[in-house]
Amino acid sequence: MSIHFTVNGQAAAVDVDPATPLLDVLRNQLDLKGSRYGCGLEQCGTCMVLIDGEAAYSCAREIGSLAGHSVTTIEGLGTPSEPHPLQRAFLEEQAGQCGYCLSGIIVSAKALLDRNPSPTRAEIVDALDKHLCRCGTHTRIIKAVQKAAAMGAPA
Amino acid sequence: MSDTLPLSILNNRRMDRWLAFRPDRTVRLAVGKVEIGQGVLIALSQIAAEELDVAIDRIDILSGDTAAAPDEGSTSSSQSIEMSGRSVRLVSAELRARILGRLAQRLNCAPEDLSVEDGVFLQGGAPTGHDYWNFAGAEDFAAEITGTAPPKPPGAYTVVGQPVPRRDLAAKVTGAAFIHDMVRPDLLHARILRQPSRGAKLESLNEAAIRRVAGRDIRIVRVGDFIAFVGSDETAVQRAADAAPAHAVWSGVRVLTAAQQEAAWFRDRPSDDRFIGDPGPPLETGTIVSATYSRPYVAHAALAPSCALAEYRNDHLSVWSHTQGVYPLRNSLAAILGLEREQVTVRHAQGAGCYGHNGADDAALDAAIIAMQIPGSCIRVQWRREEEFGFEPVGTAHMTRLRAALDESGRPLDWTAEVWAGSHVQRPVFGGTMLAHEALPPPPPPPRANDPTEANGGGGTRNAVPLYDFAAKRVIHHLALETPVRTSSLRGLGALPNVFALECFMDELAERAGVDPVAYRLSLLSDPRARRLIETVSDRCAWASREAVGSGRGLGLAWSRYKNKAAYACVAVELEVDRDIMLRRIWCAADAGLVINPDGARNQLEGGIIHAASMTLKEQVTLDGEGIASLDWDHYPILRFSEVPEIDTVIIPNPDQPTLGMGECTFGPTAAAIGNALYHALGVRIRDMPLTRERIAAALV
Repeated sequence: MSIHFTVNGQAAAVDVDPATPLLDVLRNQLDLKGSRYGCGLEQCGTCMVLIDGEAAYSCAREIGSLAGHSVTTIEGLGTPSEPHPLQRAFLEEQAGQCGYCLSGIIVSAKALLDRNPSPTRAEIVDALDKHLCRCGTHTRIIKAVQKAAAMGAPA
Repeated sequence: MSDTLPLSILNNRRMDRWLAFRPDRTVRLAVGKVEIGQGVLIALSQIAAEELDVAIDRIDILSGDTAAAPDEGSTSSSQSIEMSGRSVRLVSAELRARILGRLAQRLNCAPEDLSVEDGVFLQGGAPTGHDYWNFAGAEDFAAEITGTAPPKPPGAYTVVGQPVPRRDLAAKVTGAAFIHDMVRPDLLHARILRQPSRGAKLESLNEAAIRRVAGRDIRIVRVGDFIAFVGSDETAVQRAADAAPAHAVWSGVRVLTAAQQEAAWFRDRPSDDRFIGDPGPPLETGTIVSATYSRPYVAHAALAPSCALAEYRNDHLSVWSHTQGVYPLRNSLAAILGLEREQVTVRHAQGAGCYGHNGADDAALDAAIIAMQIPGSCIRVQWRREEEFGFEPVGTAHMTRLRAALDESGRPLDWTAEVWAGSHVQRPVFGGTMLAHEALPPPPPPPRANDPTEANGGGGTRNAVPLYDFAAKRVIHHLALETPVRTSSLRGLGALPNVFALECFMDELAERAGVDPVAYRLSLLSDPRARRLIETVSDRCAWASREAVGSGRGLGLAWSRYKNKAAYACVAVELEVDRDIMLRRIWCAADAGLVINPDGARNQLEGGIIHAASMTLKEQVTLDGEGIASLDWDHYPILRFSEVPEIDTVIIPNPDQPTLGMGECTFGPTAAAIGNALYHALGVRIRDMPLTRERIAAALV
C-alpha cells in the first residue's frame, strides 16, 4: 500500500512497510542523503527534518504516520550553487569541522528563524540544544545562525 | 629546513606519486593524509599552490588511496601538517625548480630570470609561451625527489597563512557528502551480530526468529563466530541485528565488573615497567608532597557510527573506509583474509570526526569478510549506535601519581611522575587486533600491550616529563599488560591525563608556597615561547584581579607544549559552580610556528578545547557484566550547546618557526585549567575525572 506525502514541495509516494523509519525512506527510497543516521534513538539530531514546518527527528518516526504531511530536508533548503542563506552563512563562517551534524542543525535553525527571524543568542542555543556536535564547532555554528538571521533568511 | 627528508618522501620517492599536471589546467596533488574534519586538505593544497605558484583553485587533491596516492601511514598525532605539509612543500618546490631549470636551458637564460604566475612561465616579466601544462615532461615526474630545492621564504607567502575556505563543507551542508551516503552498483546493506567478547563461541542462533523480525528476505552470513545480516532492504537488516542478541546463545563470554572501569584498577595489575629520565631514586630530603590524579576510559564517540563498503570482483577486493590510514588497513585486510596486498585496494571516503582509532577500520574488515562471501556485490556495513559505543577501541584509563621534593621556597628540586595505564595505541600494526578477526577461525593471538616510543611522543608517558626548570625529573611508566576492554589511540593519548595532573599539581604547590599560580609557574619556566603564552592569556583573562578562593566563581589556568616538542597552548577557564560546573568563558593562546591556514587552526584549537572540556566534565565509559554499559548518548553524555562558553583565541605569530599541528595542543591545558578553576571556585581539589556533580558534592562534605 502506497503512502502519499510531500517532500521538499514535491508529491511523493512510497510503497513500504508503514513502520519503516522516515530516515530510511528519505535516504534509500528517495535518495535524499542529507538527513543522516547518528543514533536511531532521537538523541543526537543528525536526522532532523521539518515535518509541517516543525523540526522533528526522522530516525524513529514511522513513515505510516506521515501520510498527507509535508517533509522538508536539507536538500529542500538550497544547493551548492544556490544555497539557502543559512547554508551560505555556515560556509562564510566555515562553521564546520567534520560536518556530520550540520545538515540537522541547519534544519533546526530554519525552523527557529521561520518562527523567530531575530532570535537572541540564548534562543539559538535553546533551539540547537537537542543537537550534538562532537568536533566542538558550537561557537561558530551559533555565529552562523546569527549571521543568517542578519541576512534575513527567507521562509 | 632540516637536512633529512621527511619519512613521507623517503617512502614515496618518485615525483609522480605526488603531483601531476592535467589537461584541464588543474594540478593533481596526491597525499596519504586524510580529512577527518581537521581541514588538512585545504592546508596541504595551500602549500602546493604556494610553492608551485598556481591559483589555489587549480589544486585538485586526492587523499588516501592505495592505488593512486602515496603511503604516509596514519593520519594521527597532529603530524599531518608537520609531516605531509613539509613533504608537499619540498616536492612542490623541487618540481617547480626542475621544470624552470629546463626552461632556462631552453631559453638560454638564468633560472632567476624566470617567474611563474598562476602556472604560466614569464621571462623578465614577459610571456614565454610556456606553462606547467605544456612544458612539464615525463622526465620531471619519473625523477627521484632529492629535497634539495629551497622552498620559498615565509616572507614571500601569499597563499600560505591565508584563511582559505575549505572545499568539502558545501556538500556537507547541502546533501550527500560522506561514506555513509555512497551508492554503488549491486549494493547490499549489512549489519553485524557482534561476538560479545574475544573467545566467545556462538552455541546457537535462532535464525527463523530473526528472519521473522526482519520481515523481508535477508541472508545470514556466518564465518566462525562472525555473523552478518545482509540484504537489499536496510531497514530489514537493521531490525535483524537489533533483534539478534536475544536469539543468540554464546559461551565463554568474558565477565567484567564495575571496579574495572576505574584507572585505579591498574595499580595491582601485571605491567611492563620502565624508568625514564634522571637516574637514581627520588630525593628523600626536603618537604615531600604527592598527589594522584586519574582519567577513566573515554570513548571517541564519533557522531556517525562507523561505515564501510567492500566489493570482491575478479579476485580483487576494493574497500572504501573512513580509516586514518589506507595502507595500514590494506595490509591488515590482506593478512587476515589471506590475500596478496596487490589484490586489495583501500580508498578513503570521509566519515565523521574520529579523534583517533575508532571503529572505522573494524567496519572495513566486517564489510570485507562479507564481500568475500558474496562476490560481485557491494557490501555496505553500517555500525549501529550501540555497536560504536560498545565495540570501538576506547581511550585507556590512566592514573598519574606526582611526587615532588620541595626546597625551602616551596619549589620542586626533584620530580617524579608515576603512570599506570593500558596501551594508548593498539592499532593492528602496533600489537592490536581487529575486531572481527577475533571471531574468525583461527582466532589471532591476544593483543600485545604496546605504546609509542618516547621519540614519537610516548603514549602513557606523553607530557609526563614537565618542562619546568626542575633539577631532576623522572617518569615511572607501568604499562598494563591487559585491559578489560580494547584500547587504542584517542586524541592526545596520555597528554590530557598527564597535563591535568601536572598543571593541577603546580597549582597545589603554588598554594602551598603561598605564591600566585601564574607567578609560581613563571618563576620555574625559562622557555620564552611558553612564558609569552602564559603572559598573554593571564592579561586577557584579567588574572591580576582574580578573587580569593571559594567565591563559587573560579578562574584557572594551565599550559603545555604538546608532546614536549610540538605546539604550545595556554588556556584559562572561568566557571561557576552551583551543583554542576558551568563554564563561563575560556581564553586560549597558542604558538604553533608558521600557521598555514589561521581559520582552520582556530577551528582546531577551539574544537580541542570543547572536546577536552566535555571529557573533563562528563565523560566516562562504564562497564558491567556484559561489557561496555554506556551504549547511547544518555549514558555517555557530551557537552551541549547550552554548556559551551564563548572562547577567546589568540594565535601567536611565529612564521619563522616550523609548523606544528594544532589539533591536540589545547587538550591537556583545558582539562587542567578546569580543575584549577574548580578549586578556585570552591576551595576543594578534585583529582579524578570527570568532575561530576557527585564528585563535587562528595568533596564538599
